[in-house]
Amino acid sequence: MDAPATPVAKSGKACTVNPLKMSQPIGGALAFMGMRGTMPLLHGSQGCTSFGLVLFVRHFREAIPLQTTAMSEVATVLGGFDNVEQAVLNIVKRTSPELIGICSTGVTEIKGDDLGGFVKDIRRRHPELANVALVPCNTPDFAGAFQDGWAAAVTAMVEHLVETPENAARDPRRLAVLPGCHLTPGDIDELRDTIEAFGLEPVFLPDLSGSLDGHIPQDFTPTTLGGCGVDAARDLARAGHAIAIGEAMRPAAEALAAKSGVACRVFERLTGLGPCDAFITHLSAISGRPVATRYRRQRGQLVDAMLDGHFHIGGRRLAIGAEPDLLFALASMLAEMGAVIGTAVTSTASPLNARVPATHVVIGDLEDLETAAREEGARLLITHSHGRQEAARLGIPHFRIGLPMFDWLGAAHQLSVGYRGTRDLIFAIGNMAMHARHETRPDDWRDAWAPDPASDPHSTPPPSKELAA
Amino acid sequence: MSLNQTIQDVFNEPGCDKNQAKSEKERKKGCTKQLQPGGAAGGCAFDGAKIALQPITDVAHLVHGPIACEGSSWDNRGALSSGPTLYRTGFTTDMTENDIVFGGEKRLFKAIREIREKYDPPAVFVYQTCVPAMIGDDIDAVCKAASEKFDLPCIPIHSPGFVGPKNLGNKLAGEALLKHVIGTIEPEYTTPYDINIIGEYNLAGELWQVKPLLDELGIRILSCISGDARYREVAWSHRARAAMMVCSKAMINVARKMEERYGIPFFEGSFYGIGDTSDSLREIARLLIERGADPELMARTEAVIAREEARAWAGIEPYKARLAGKRVLLITGGVKSWSVVAALQEAGMEVVGTSVKKSTEEDKQRIKEIMGEDAHMIDDMTPREMYRMLKEAEADIMLSGGRSQFVALKAAMPWMDINQERHLGFAGYHGMVAMVAEIDRTIANPMWEQVRTPAPWDAGESWQARALAEAPAAMDPRDRLVCQCKGVSAGAIADAVAGGCDSPGAVMQATGASSGCGGCKPFVRKAVDAALAEQAATGREAA
Repeated sequence: MDAPATPVAKSGKACTVNPLKMSQPIGGALAFMGMRGTMPLLHGSQGCTSFGLVLFVRHFREAIPLQTTAMSEVATVLGGFDNVEQAVLNIVKRTSPELIGICSTGVTEIKGDDLGGFVKDIRRRHPELANVALVPCNTPDFAGAFQDGWAAAVTAMVEHLVETPENAARDPRRLAVLPGCHLTPGDIDELRDTIEAFGLEPVFLPDLSGSLDGHIPQDFTPTTLGGCGVDAARDLARAGHAIAIGEAMRPAAEALAAKSGVACRVFERLTGLGPCDAFITHLSAISGRPVATRYRRQRGQLVDAMLDGHFHIGGRRLAIGAEPDLLFALASMLAEMGAVIGTAVTSTASPLNARVPATHVVIGDLEDLETAAREEGARLLITHSHGRQEAARLGIPHFRIGLPMFDWLGAAHQLSVGYRGTRDLIFAIGNMAMHARHETRPDDWRDAWAPDPASDPHSTPPPSKELAA
Repeated sequence: MSLNQTIQDVFNEPGCDKNQAKSEKERKKGCTKQLQPGGAAGGCAFDGAKIALQPITDVAHLVHGPIACEGSSWDNRGALSSGPTLYRTGFTTDMTENDIVFGGEKRLFKAIREIREKYDPPAVFVYQTCVPAMIGDDIDAVCKAASEKFDLPCIPIHSPGFVGPKNLGNKLAGEALLKHVIGTIEPEYTTPYDINIIGEYNLAGELWQVKPLLDELGIRILSCISGDARYREVAWSHRARAAMMVCSKAMINVARKMEERYGIPFFEGSFYGIGDTSDSLREIARLLIERGADPELMARTEAVIAREEARAWAGIEPYKARLAGKRVLLITGGVKSWSVVAALQEAGMEVVGTSVKKSTEEDKQRIKEIMGEDAHMIDDMTPREMYRMLKEAEADIMLSGGRSQFVALKAAMPWMDINQERHLGFAGYHGMVAMVAEIDRTIANPMWEQVRTPAPWDAGESWQARALAEAPAAMDPRDRLVCQCKGVSAGAIADAVAGGCDSPGAVMQATGASSGCGGCKPFVRKAVDAALAEQAATGREAA
């Protein structure tokens, strides 16, 4: 298990070309979208909100609730309290939300707007808003990335909403789940089914499966429809057990543990046979129930998928670009299937980066990934939809995963967790690799001892010392 | 000129009648209403500047700011290129905390150097955003230094998001072109048939739906600002003989100042709709002839128009039977509201409402002229109101931008994209046939019936019906507009019949119905028949 650390470097360029990364504020906004009756609010210029809105609409193909404090140049310089107050009042008047989640942006952070203080002042000045939860969250867009913004918003919700119970009465059947932003609404549904199969009642904070799963709403609501309720969030510390998914969720897990006194186990990933086994074993242990036949069968199907898929994935050179938690989940599972990952690109710092099974991890952009993929002779590109131009230039297939997926139907239902999710992921990537296989031509071996292995369509990368461990 | 002065200058635009009608004090406030915190939804000035300039295909568009500005918006627009693809590459300085503390100028300079070394573009456009504007990064100085150092035009575009909305950003982009680009290169040669097209972004290749006709007429697009443009084409656009301004008011400052500086006359036209396309072609020919082109151009233009109109009508004909009387609710920005209304009517459809959210006052006036005084004009509607409108107007389809699509779709109502994310071109004669075909393809889909069927275990009325029940009483059928152009209602037609008009022709003469675009003739006939039948029935009862 103790593999040597993968070298992690920051791209040294002054100019980011074809960004992989997206900003913290919209990551925070998405976390708030997993809450019922919520209006996420970005404190900044209206463009910050507009870009995020368009991005989410194109990804989820759903109406997206997202508002702005519409900071003008003057307001930015003078400070934004009036705008935040007005925005909150307007949102309450127009949409009667249960929760307003307020994320800062670059300009308001530079000015030093204190959102926490603003919320306190609004509370004092407007006792009539007592029924509306207000959660402030610091998400400057000049630091971190989307994943950090999501994690910051979930941590803020734990800190502002979750109440420490007065007595020790807990519900042993209730399981608090803090999912990372790499889990789709489909992933959450999959986890819910699995957890319920053990007789447990999961409470997801946040829960995108309720709000952005593509359901037909029962009313016109300008706020989110479905998702985790504020009441459920308040009560979260009464859960008998807690888990978090993704390393980025560790601060939120610690905050929850501090409030509830119950340890929150962090699963770094739920993609791949080993992690799924650990997860199912954990559920069995905390519920005291044996593993149901259904999951024993699913495990068998995954093993069979690995057997069938290894022909197409084993030895393949893959180029992967994703945020740290997703990158770690995908790269680990694919490496376990025998894939060879050269340079992987990610968006932000994470303790997981040094454990990604790749020759290098670069905190960089899709230009870095393209250059490396070309040099290393990658046969398949795995990243979000913005990899499309790169894949076309490289002439290799492009498996879309992550956010945004603006040229793909069903992004919200793409699975990567659990036995079944891993099985389907292996099939999808294996099929793509199979269909891209080079068909042998009469002259393929005429100059086959060429020194450049990347140019040989039949080559399997030679064993690498760095990967041997 | 400082950014504030530039903005004031843009607000003073004499080409904009709306602005000229305002008092000095009002004008200083700018051309859009103040944004409301918690109630705003549009793009910012940076967004607008990028929309206007990104279609220049061979330029490196470098966004100076933190990741928020470019990270979630690059390569997300449908402007197409016939050659270079550099415009689809996302470049940003991705400013981090260090740059905020020490200033981002050095990083910006280095970024330009890297772009120069790796991509060697003919120019770099540098977009200023909120964060560097706030910390005082002097992009003019950086661009000047980089231009000299690398012998590469580096164009500063002052468009921080917090100065205003998208529309202002379009104009600020235009100012940057006027100041730094236009007039800096001379074309290899000129002809008396050279035109500029201003405000056309070649979304979904719409420029290419019209260009073959201009080619056929021997009219050369010297420069399109900015669809499928190359940097040098924009730089030598000052040598055109005439210009067409396409996108409503978005770049009026460019058109007007080019007229002022270089004597290039312009007109405002549209390539949406058969009639509008023909008018635009005629106007181009007229302006060119005025500027010295051979007058025989007009005869050739008329011949092409006649041929193309005939082809377009023939192309639409097969759909008319199915689309006649279909009612369209149109919700879109100023760019297209008025130009599309005419087009839809040409296809025999009724436009039962249109939005004015991003439209200028003049746009609104035009909509009134085309649709009649009573056209529903929708301003800042909530989804519930939009849906109510969809239902009340008995619309068969909603055309709007991507954001509001779910109001229709979730209510199982046909919807079609009319804005910039769209992949189908609707310009010129071909485009109008394509749009009609697309509407038909959408409405005729058998899927609608299935998705409207409730689940077998769901008894009772749908939530849509409940939502509707909260709506105020439906419109009096007498108030329904039959002729949109002249604003003739069903009631007016019934009154005319009661007053003695006994044929559609007589009613048309008496009320003025169908004397506009003529698209409503079948409905007027229907309304007259209905009124006559009713009269006969009451007559019999009375007897």
